[in-house]
Amino acid sequence: MTGPVIAPDPGSRPGPALAIEGLHKSFGDLEVLKGIDLELARHEVVCLIGASGSGKSTLLRCVNLLEPVDAGRIVVEGDEITAKGVDVNRIRRRIGIVFQAFNLFPHMSVLDNVTLAPRKVLGLAPPEATARATELLERIGLADKRADYPDRLSGGQQQRVAIARALAMQPDILLLDEITSALDPELVAEVLAVIRELAATGMTMLIATHEMGFARDVASRVGFLHGGRILEIAPPAEMFAAPREARTQQFLQRVIDAGRL
Amino acid sequence: MSQLGGPLDTGDLIAGRAGLRPRRSRRRIPPKEAVRSSLIALVSSVVVLGGLAVVVTSSPNWPDVQHAFFDGEIFAYSLPKVVEAFGTNVALFLIAEVLILVLGLVLAVLRGLPGPVFFPLRLLATVFVDFFRAVPGLLVIALLGFGIPGLGLAGVPNDTFFWAVVALTLVYSAYVSEVYRAGIESIHWSQEAAARSLGLSRLQALRYVIVPQAVRRVIPPLLNDFIGLQKDTVLVSTLGVVEIFRESSIIKAAKFNFTPYLAVALVFVVITIPMARLVDWLVARERSGRAAAG
Repeated sequence: MTGPVIAPDPGSRPGPALAIEGLHKSFGDLEVLKGIDLELARHEVVCLIGASGSGKSTLLRCVNLLEPVDAGRIVVEGDEITAKGVDVNRIRRRIGIVFQAFNLFPHMSVLDNVTLAPRKVLGLAPPEATARATELLERIGLADKRADYPDRLSGGQQQRVAIARALAMQPDILLLDEITSALDPELVAEVLAVIRELAATGMTMLIATHEMGFARDVASRVGFLHGGRILEIAPPAEMFAAPREARTQQFLQRVIDAGRL
Repeated sequence: MSQLGGPLDTGDLIAGRAGLRPRRSRRRIPPKEAVRSSLIALVSSVVVLGGLAVVVTSSPNWPDVQHAFFDGEIFAYSLPKVVEAFGTNVALFLIAEVLILVLGLVLAVLRGLPGPVFFPLRLLATVFVDFFRAVPGLLVIALLGFGIPGLGLAGVPNDTFFWAVVALTLVYSAYVSEVYRAGIESIHWSQEAAARSLGLSRLQALRYVIVPQAVRRVIPPLLNDFIGLQKDTVLVSTLGVVEIFRESSIIKAAKFNFTPYLAVALVFVVITIPMARLVDWLVARERSGRAAAG
């Protein structure tokens, strides 16, 4: 990919891009996250794998503060975002998230979907926001669809627009929540290609995924979530070739049996 | 209907794929069968309506009723007069509709505000909606139209038309706010999640993402409420505002004849039926649009 690096370089600030410490989250009586500890270095890509219901999505939604955290700390570029009295809207600008179901705004054109937040949240002038959006749409190969409405696009195209929409805020970290799970198999590759290119530009990403091949290619580390905890985390070569934990082995065996590795 | 067969085919496919029950209006009918159905419909209509006419006109007092309600000369005399007076009703509902659209939305948004800080606003909006839905519109009109000018406060208008607009606006805003609220609640929470995740505040998410989608969805029920409002403008006659019903009553009293009311009914039918059809069409379009979107 040509063009400038999308991820801003916070320069000499020390410490990890994202630090999660002792994160707990319950829905009523159901404790979904039972103490998550995780650190992401700048430009690192971490993939989270695990069965449905293991807490991957909840973890990502907590990092974006879409779900209030019960206990624990989340620190982004040195700033504790779980502290009392923080400006939630200001924090969310720095943490992009892409959802499984795209969640594009159906009443807006592709261009307006991408420029809305830069215009209304960052206060960018419309020409500037449009220029930024056009550049992003060119990168994901959808510049010719800028005037179309989401319902005219394929699922893969919609998801690429959703990625562009998140990137338009120039976030420090990008969270991807099973972004290919709602796609027809033949559309998965085009979306993953965009993420591969993003990883190459140094974007810090935390990715919940069922695509093991993709996780192996793109991740610096792969974490296995089970029962609300990160049971095991290791570089992909290690994780997929020689998982330590019995539960990880079972999970990967099931994935292999299903023909997805 | 048959020349529309082409485009409707796709509609059928989409509706079928989405697992919707087939709609009568979208069913394809072969031309021969269509002619036959039309004939049957025509014959049965003639029989039913003709039968009704026979029953009514053979009733013992029909000649008196015919004279009191169906006087052609008085009809011709009153129609232009009531049409002219209808201008007041049109002004009433046009002004009120604009105000209702704004006030109804404000009430709906206030009732949806989260957290304990906004409790007083939520409470006020809820009390407002409950009150004006409970009290008959005619009473609100009478209380405001006679009561407030009666106070004799300086600077407060005592124009009955003004208070008629206020009363209709208050009553119908309560209904319309419920329509808006249903629309806002029908937008999937993931839309708000997407907006908030980009850093938009709650109000910005409402303003740019939720409300525009909600409004599109509630246009048909909104128009329905407006049909009701248009008819309820005749209630204002109790204040002495010379609108269509008042005008027809004046003619009725002068001519000792009820035919002017028929002229009024005709005016409302002519105004309302196209609007009712517009609502039907919008509902059908909304439904097929949602089916196509999957």
